[in-house]
Amino acid sequence: MSDFSEFSERDWPSHPKYIDEGYKSTTFRGPTKPLIPLQQTLSEVTGPVYGQDSVSALDSDLTMNGRKNGEPLGERMIVTGKVLDEFGRPVPNTLVEIWQANSAGRYVDLMDKHDAPLDPNFYGGGRAVTDSDGNYRFKTIRPGAYPWGNHPNAWRPAHIHFSLFGAGIASRLVTQMYFPGDPLIPLDPIAQATPSVDRLVAGFSLDVTEPEYALGYVFDIVLRGPKQTPMED
Amino acid sequence: MASDEKKLPQTPSQTVGPFFSYGLASEQYGFSELSSIAGREIAEEDEPGEHIKLVGIIYDGQGAPVSDALVEVWQADSQGRFAHPTDGRQKNTPFTGFGRCGTRTDPKNRFTFATVKPGAVGDGEAPHINLIIFMRGLLSHAYTRVYFSDEETANAADPVLQSVPADRRDTLIATREESSAGVVYRFDIHMQGDQETVFFDV
Ligand SMILES: [Fe+2]
Repeated sequence: MSDFSEFSERDWPSHPKYIDEGYKSTTFRGPTKPLIPLQQTLSEVTGPVYGQDSVSALDSDLTMNGRKNGEPLGERMIVTGKVLDEFGRPVPNTLVEIWQANSAGRYVDLMDKHDAPLDPNFYGGGRAVTDSDGNYRFKTIRPGAYPWGNHPNAWRPAHIHFSLFGAGIASRLVTQMYFPGDPLIPLDPIAQATPSVDRLVAGFSLDVTEPEYALGYVFDIVLRGPKQTPMED
Repeated sequence: MASDEKKLPQTPSQTVGPFFSYGLASEQYGFSELSSIAGREIAEEDEPGEHIKLVGIIYDGQGAPVSDALVEVWQADSQGRFAHPTDGRQKNTPFTGFGRCGTRTDPKNRFTFATVKPGAVGDGEAPHINLIIFMRGLLSHAYTRVYFSDEETANAADPVLQSVPADRRDTLIATREESSAGVVYRFDIHMQGDQETVFFDV
């Protein structure tokens, strides 16, 4: 057996509730019985390990990784940020996966029936591994808003889906990044089901913006972390 | 080893949505632009241990199979060792213990994993597989655990299983089925209803 530190608990007031009146799909899908508290064991404080060798440079450049015969259309952008745990410690060498619609608001996923054009040169999926300071960086195309069937004239605000692991499965997180000033955020049941949705809105950054090339956005992410600093040998 | 003070609030969870296929399970869904980091085949043929399949259907609150869920599994190898630095025991096989499966490619919307039955970790727990569920309409992922129907003695001593009300423990036990095709453990998941699966506040 190994010594380990438990992870901080899920910060429920920060997360949306399982059943939300506004977001209709939750009605028959969210668990209705109270979750059973679980005393963490080695199974929860460990998780899949993906190092720098599990990604290539192209994986984090969505302006390049889907090209067939030219450049993808739309507004180029850079999304970068730091992955931290709740105690303010950077989370190094952790996998960050993203997926998103193209600039017209259309996904490559075959189930997306939105009547907006696919872009033959944009795939929309990518991944990166954080560096030793917890930083990640993607180049991509700004996604468009898209309609969905939740209620009449419902539109999702432009967003990028994010998936992260952290050091163990207890810190697993799937979330979405939104854009500052998007008028659809106050109208979106998913965003509105989320306490402090502001924390899912990226910041525009002129420092990250590359002259003559792409606008820059910063999206920092906070995961659960070990309650105690690992002991030094 | 003093407990550190929390400084930052957690980034809120959001649903995985219906369109994750090409991002999180590209190869399973037939996309070639991006390789998959994990899939349905967790154990290679020569991995030591009993080779099994873990199969199940996720049902929603109306009893319909969920066709747009993503299931992740995390488990120890047949010796009860995790492929992770926090587990101090040295592993020498390529077994990662991590798998991913979307439920849309199977005609019955089953998830299927080819793996080895995990060994006991050695901390008094029965062999088990941790399972994480994501889907459209699920705003935060759900954690559950798969225990094995042929481990009655170990299950009876497992602290996590014993912390679950007795009338709900069955929802965490996968049923062993043996045939010429091999060993299959069946583990259906009910998001709601009388048979609602136990989900844990990990
Ligand atoms: Fe989306």
